[in-house]
Amino acid sequence: MPTSPDTQFLLKQLFQQEFSKIVAVISSRYGLAHVEIAEDLVSDTFLSATEHWTTDGLPPNPTAWLYAVAKQKTLAHFRRENIYAKKVAPALTASAELATSSPEIDFSPQYIRDSQLKLFFAICTPLIAGEAQIALALRVLCGFGIDEIAMAFLTNKETINKRLVRAKAKLRTEGVRMELPPEPEIADRLNRVLHIIYLLFNEGYYSRTQDEVIRRELCLEAMRLALFLTESELTNRPETQALLAMMCFHASRFDARQTADGGIVLYGQQDKRKWDADLVAQGIQYLDRSARGNRLSSYHLEARIAQLHCLPGDGPDKWEKILQLHNQLLMLQYSPALALNRTYALYRARGAAKALPEARKLQLETNHFYWVLLAELLQHTHPQEAIIYLKRALEQARTIPEQQLIHERIDRLSKA
Amino acid sequence: MKEFVILFRQPTGSYQKPLPEAMEALEKKWADWTGGIAAQGKLASQGIRLAYDGRVLKSSGVVTDGPFAELREILGGFMVVRAADYDEAVTLAHGCPVLETGGSVEIRPIYQESPA
Repeated sequence: MPTSPDTQFLLKQLFQQEFSKIVAVISSRYGLAHVEIAEDLVSDTFLSATEHWTTDGLPPNPTAWLYAVAKQKTLAHFRRENIYAKKVAPALTASAELATSSPEIDFSPQYIRDSQLKLFFAICTPLIAGEAQIALALRVLCGFGIDEIAMAFLTNKETINKRLVRAKAKLRTEGVRMELPPEPEIADRLNRVLHIIYLLFNEGYYSRTQDEVIRRELCLEAMRLALFLTESELTNRPETQALLAMMCFHASRFDARQTADGGIVLYGQQDKRKWDADLVAQGIQYLDRSARGNRLSSYHLEARIAQLHCLPGDGPDKWEKILQLHNQLLMLQYSPALALNRTYALYRARGAAKALPEARKLQLETNHFYWVLLAELLQHTHPQEAIIYLKRALEQARTIPEQQLIHERIDRLSKA
Repeated sequence: MKEFVILFRQPTGSYQKPLPEAMEALEKKWADWTGGIAAQGKLASQGIRLAYDGRVLKSSGVVTDGPFAELREILGGFMVVRAADYDEAVTLAHGCPVLETGGSVEIRPIYQESPA
């Protein structure tokens, strides 16, 4: 019997909601070294759900069914392997995990939440870095499949698999534990966690993949993770709310920034009626709540910039504010994208003549946006030079929609 | 890339707290200049700005309220930049707001022990 579309939809939804929770609870109980087994057990649980629910119909409480079956399978697995007595217990005795681990596999809301938080901090350990960490977060915290992660990174399954295997080996060999960092370390470790969410969101927002579904899913997952952090006193800090605010503001333009066939709609040409007013309002709420404490994080500044971009007007006053926020951000940290955005804001606030000498100092010749920016500044005064720069940009642009946009500009300037 | 300290020296007469409106404009000038250096990835440290008063301890043990009357220029603060050489560091120092009010900028490489 084929699985009905309703059941399929429910299973997909439950997988998204519950995968990470169950993995977290099992890892909490048996230690992070067994996270891969936990993933397999949860996948196996969902396979059973698909079979049983298709033949027997839906159980009265599908979530409770999943928890019960996951528990059964987990106990059976560890009993069969006799792993607990031989490996897990001695390891746990040696660590602080024993003190916090429950003797039962506990699916109470509190235990699930604590386990997820611990798993979150563990995955965001400074011992793993870069794309491997994001892949691991997508897999373990968001329940993404290997093929989905591969699509998000525009690479193949083998590459992602290798990254995940390496990252998990690191968790084991370094003895990363399912525990919350001690109070004095919370702020530092939380920064790391927030940074991973930030990268996850950017991966979706400025994604290399053209798959619109995956892009949105990445952004939504990043927002879900941040929202989860706001629900716990330990992690509900001003920076967390600022980051969430920033993501709300950016996400509000999702519908407006893309054409039906996957092309890019530049900010200036977006239909402002397509901006999501509810998300903007939510963003403002989080931004208000983030305005406490005495630390102005980069997320606060980025959220303010994102909010200004949600305002309908486009005059020099707004861009002057955006410029000043970029000045502050750059003093906290440098990135080529920030440097380019700062120079663009300078141009919009004070004109091309003021911005051009600053732009020429940036030394970002290998970044195609640098050439696009120079062309923008020169388009009226030196169109021929602008065309030369756009052609350089075209050689460096990686995605087809970007190349299309540059082509259009070259055409426009050539006809002028 | 070497690191250079950029010291801001201001004429004694101009070294007093400006009015709030002027302060805002001045802060913007500093932010624009610093932001421009940071946008080149060459800001190593924002450094510190010194307050508008001070005490001086002389070798005689005498403490006075600031050296200001005796000097033509006083130190207003510093920042640290990354530059390949003196030329580049001096180029970065151009545009420092103290230059607009008759002050000067001193550029000093950070002392490094030469490798053995």
